This record gives sequence, C-alpha cells and structure tokens, in this order.
Amino acid sequence: MDPTPATTRIAQFDVCYTQFLDPQGRARGELPGFAADADEMRDMYRWLALTRAFDKKAVALQRTGRLGTYAACLGQEAIGVAIGKALRPEDIFMPAYREYAAQFLRGVPMQNILLYWGGDERGMAYPEGTPAHHDFPLSVPIGTHVPQAVGVAYAVRLRKQPRVVLASCGDGATSKGDFAEAVSSAKLWNLPLVFLVNNNQWAISVPRERQTGAQTLAQKAFAGGLPGEQVDGNDMIAVRHVLERAVERARAGGGPSLVEAITYRLHDHTTADDARRYRSEDEVKAAWERCPIKRLKAWLEGRSWWTDADEERLQAEGAARAEAAAQAFLTTPPEPPQAIFDHLYERLPSQFEWQREEVKSAGPKGDC
Amino acid sequence: MANLAIIEAINLALHSEMARDPDVVVLGEDIGRNGGVFRATLGLLDTFGPERVIDTPLAETLVAAMSIGLSTQGIRPVAEVQFSGFLYPCVDQVVNHATRLRNRTRGRMSCPLVIRSPNWGGIHAPEHHSEALETTFAHMPGLRVVCPSNPARAYGLLLAAIRDPDPVIFLEPTRCYRLFKAPVEDNGAALPLDTAFVEREGGDITLVSWGATMHETRLAADALAEQGIAAEVIDVATLKPLDMDTILESVAKTGRCVIVQEAPRAGGWASEIAANIAEHGLLSLFAPVMRASGYDTIMPLARSEKVYIPDVARILREVRKVFEIAPKN
Ligand SMILES: [Mg+2]
Repeated sequence: MDPTPATTRIAQFDVCYTQFLDPQGRARGELPGFAADADEMRDMYRWLALTRAFDKKAVALQRTGRLGTYAACLGQEAIGVAIGKALRPEDIFMPAYREYAAQFLRGVPMQNILLYWGGDERGMAYPEGTPAHHDFPLSVPIGTHVPQAVGVAYAVRLRKQPRVVLASCGDGATSKGDFAEAVSSAKLWNLPLVFLVNNNQWAISVPRERQTGAQTLAQKAFAGGLPGEQVDGNDMIAVRHVLERAVERARAGGGPSLVEAITYRLHDHTTADDARRYRSEDEVKAAWERCPIKRLKAWLEGRSWWTDADEERLQAEGAARAEAAAQAFLTTPPEPPQAIFDHLYERLPSQFEWQREEVKSAGPKGDC
Repeated sequence: MANLAIIEAINLALHSEMARDPDVVVLGEDIGRNGGVFRATLGLLDTFGPERVIDTPLAETLVAAMSIGLSTQGIRPVAEVQFSGFLYPCVDQVVNHATRLRNRTRGRMSCPLVIRSPNWGGIHAPEHHSEALETTFAHMPGLRVVCPSNPARAYGLLLAAIRDPDPVIFLEPTRCYRLFKAPVEDNGAALPLDTAFVEREGGDITLVSWGATMHETRLAADALAEQGIAAEVIDVATLKPLDMDTILESVAKTGRCVIVQEAPRAGGWASEIAANIAEHGLLSLFAPVMRASGYDTIMPLARSEKVYIPDVARILREVRKVFEIAPKN
C-alpha cells in the first residue's frame, strides 16, 4: 500500500507578458503615462533610429576591412533605449554587449564602441562627467558579469545609496551557473538589482528552445524568490514601462527582479557568423515584421507626431553621427605600444619595468 | 607583543583592518556565525555585524564575483574560499574580470580585492582539500599572489594585501596554521608586497621556498647547519610579481641554489625562478639549480600525502646533489 504523500503547495506561477503596441503599431488598450509626452516619445524614436544608423555603419566598416569582428544589435534597439530611459544617471548599468543604445543614452560616444570592436581598450574608457563613467564596460564572457552585479548592488545597499543596478545578459547566459548563482542569491539581501534578459532567440546557432526545458526564462526568477516577467522587447512602450517599474521597485526597497525582454536577433551573431547555416530566411523575414522601429514609427505617425520631413531629418542626423563616429575612430592614432603595461596595476611593479622599456624602445608595431 | 599562531595572526589582521577601515568587508562560506572552518574570521561577526561580515550561499563563483562587484564600488572585500581546491570556480571571475578590469577600462575601474584560501596539503583532509594552486594564479597578468609562511608575515602581508589597489590571491599554509607560535605586534603596519624575505643568512647555499614548505626548508637548513653548511633561506612571500633581485643577490653570494615547492613539478613557480637564475645568475653558479618539489601526480588522498609532499629528506637529497657537483671548499 502506498503511503499518502504529504504535499505542501509552495507557489503556483503565472508569467505575465506585457505588450502595448501590436506589430502594426496599434495601441492595445491604455498606455503608460510617458506615452502622452510627444517630445519624449519622439526622443525614444530618435535613439532607436540613431542606434540603427550606427549599427549599419559599424557593419559596413567591418565589411570593408576597417573594423574587427562586430556584434550587431539590429532589431534589438528598443531594449537598449528602454534601459537608457529607465535608469537614472546615478544608477549602475552592467551590459552584456548588444545594448549600445543604453550606452549611448548614458554618455558613451559612438566612436568608443567602434574603438572597442576595432581592438582598442580605450573604447571602454567612458568619459568623465557622464553616467557611463561609473558603468561597467561591455562583457564578452557570457553571463560572467551577472553575479558581479550582486556585489555591486550589495555595495549600494551597504552605503544606503538610492541607486539601482541593472545587469543585462542574453538568453544563452541564463543557461550558465553564473546566472543561476546571481538570481538565486539576490533576494537574500533584498538588493536593488534588476536582471534584464535580452532574449533574442539565438545564442549563435542554438535557438532559445534548445537552451532549457523551462517554458520561459522569466520563471527562472521564481526559484530565487524574486518576481520575473516577460515583455515584448520590440515594443518600445512596453519594454520601457516594465523596466521602469522594475527599477523603481528596486529603488523603493522592493528588491530584485528579473525581466525577460523578448526580441529577435535580425543580424548574424557577429560579423564573423553566417546565420543562414542554421536558421531559415522565412523566420528572419517574419521577425522583420516585428521590428521595433517600424512599430513605434507607425504609432507616432498614427498620432500625427511624426512627419516625412521629421524622418528625413532624423535619417540625415543618424547618417551624419555614424559617419562622424567612424571618422573619429579611424583617425584615432593607436596608443603608444608601452600602454599595454600602463593599466596592468595601479603602479607597474618594478619587476616589469624592463618589459615596458623593451616594448617602448621597439616602437609601434602592428596595425592602427 | 603576543605570541600567535598563523591562523591567529590572520584573525588579528582582519580585526585590526576592519576596525581601521570601515570599507573593509569579509565574505565567504561559513565565515560569519561559524567563524570560518579554520576560525580565521572568529569574532568578526559579533564585532562588525552581518552587513560587513557576509555569510554567502555555497557558491564560489558568486563569492569571487561579489568581491569584484564590491571592489569596483570602493569596498575592500576580503573573501575566504574554504580550501584552495574550491578556487577553481573563481578562476573565470579572477582571470577574465578582476585582473583585467583596470586595464580594459584604461584605469577607469579597478578591483582592490583579496581572496584568501588555505593552500597545500598535510592535514589529512578529504579529497580536493590539499591542492597547491599558486602557479595557476601566479601565471596570470595583473594579479598579485601572496603566500605567507609565519605569523608576523601572515599579519603584515594580509594588511598589505587588503590595502593594495589591485587584486590579490592570498594563499595560506593550512598545515602551518597552528604549527608554531611567534611574536606578532598588532601595530597595523603592513609588510612590503612584491618583496622576498631573507630570513636566515648563510654563505654556502641558497634555499628558496614559500608558503607551507618554508617549514620543511627551515628544518633542512637546521640539519645542514649541523653538518657545517650555512644555508641562506629565502621566503619568496610574493610569487607575482617575483622579487628576483633578492634571490639573485643571494645566489651571487652562495653559488648554489635549491628551490622547494609543493606544487607539481612541471611548470611550477620553481621553474620560473630557476629560469630567471639561468638567465641572470648562471655565471655565479657552481652547480645547477635543483628543485625539490611535488610530483607530477594528482595530490594523493591522506594516506599517501606524505609520499607526495617534499619533506626534509627530499630537500637534503637535492642539496647533496649540488654539493656533489660543487663541494664546499
Ligand atoms: Mg541570444
């Protein structure tokens, strides 16, 4: 005879998915307050378009041999803009590597991103006097910066500062232990921390459904005791609204949370990748229909907040800014060779002085 | 001045520095209520409270990553990893982030953190509790690797490590934690990093070691003294960056050198020291530099650990080889 199992219901979960604009840019119900501000909405659209112009330029530079491998953010611009808008200057952003729009909004000059992918560490020296100056640089080893955010947020809490830490990572990163350790521990100290999962459906060639048996990535939050939700990451209004709510909840002492922003990587993983090897053209074509820029533009036009003349001006601004960034990057002379020693330690130990001298006297080498 | 064991000196340094600098926090597994599995953090929780004495979940990657995050915000984290065999999950964080952040941001950010861990064998511990990891870290650019070998150095070097603006891996000699006591003055004075210590002078042979095997090296020097051989004993103390000047100066005087390391032989830090002596001190040598080391094997479990760990006899055997080639006049 089987004993009667004793079952305790710990939790049941629903995963909320927020979308305000359908792919045609039609509002589905009441919009959040900021959507009534025409200037603000136009500004968000402007940053989407500027980021796309930058992205296009970066790919073009790589294709013509003037930039190293570059990870495009095509189709994912709304998530970056939403981060940039949701965070206050004093907050701390810890990006993965496709949230350029957020970095631009926080003061990273476009040429810095080009310098980075162009092989120059100075690309990560974000300028003083900008919020980006206290942000983390982009992080290539997948998900490894996410548990660091626990430490950053702990420091903020220890100092009783009204600041929030936002760490972004991709869908692939949620498969790593680093991510699990961070999400599992953040609630222990009720940290002012937002985990943003930029789910662009692909980790190079591995699709989202091959990453985990979990139905959503958002639900990974629940086991750590924190709220998790999904949002349409291509709906500018929705992703900003959901992120702002998470950030302000954290600031108000409500603790950490996780937002899974659902988007699509329209470009190859990087310029060194060829996505045609592993996904169908039809899938990509269908994803273009959900493009965040097209969607917000349609909505703005529907409200008569955007004209063809506005669009023409913006396209010209985007092209000019991207070109200026490219020129600034291309005309930046390389660092002197001994610079490879100059930030290794706060002060270079005397043991390494001879190596620095050797490099210095050998003079410049390699490409510029 | 109190007579303290190494573990007590470490505890004293933590108390002293946490009292002096409110930005110092300690974190790790079982370091709060339990005072650390070796009691290195005893009393810190009661004195400084749970905000600064952080019992972490059982997640070593998180411990290293949190330390990085804290250190970027001007906090001075001192993390404990219970045994160095459990440092491997920290390697990604330390090597891909802590050592690189200053360089990759061109000085905009930095990681002034310390990760402490008991290192080396000899305490009949379970599997994975007796490894020698110093070379794993010493190979990595941008890092400091510090291995104290007596109570005063444990105290003074730990203070220096905490105050250092760059990441430090601090590997403590587990089997020497309570082996002997020596005077330690709680004066808050740091000892210099990046500097080897000549702890015994002698003109016939230079014995170089660090960490736990400093104990066997000292005993070997005692045995040699009884045979009328004066050994100069050098505690490397900071493996990275390595103070070769002190070692070369000694070798120039003695013309003979044996390096003692517990880690596996191939590619160990003794090899790095020997290569430097070959490059810069060959002409002052009367005989080849010899290594008394661990073997290129997995660290055995407790029953066989003595087979592995270089003992006094193994050191004296290498010394004998040197004197066979170059007898004392
Ligand atoms: Mg992805």
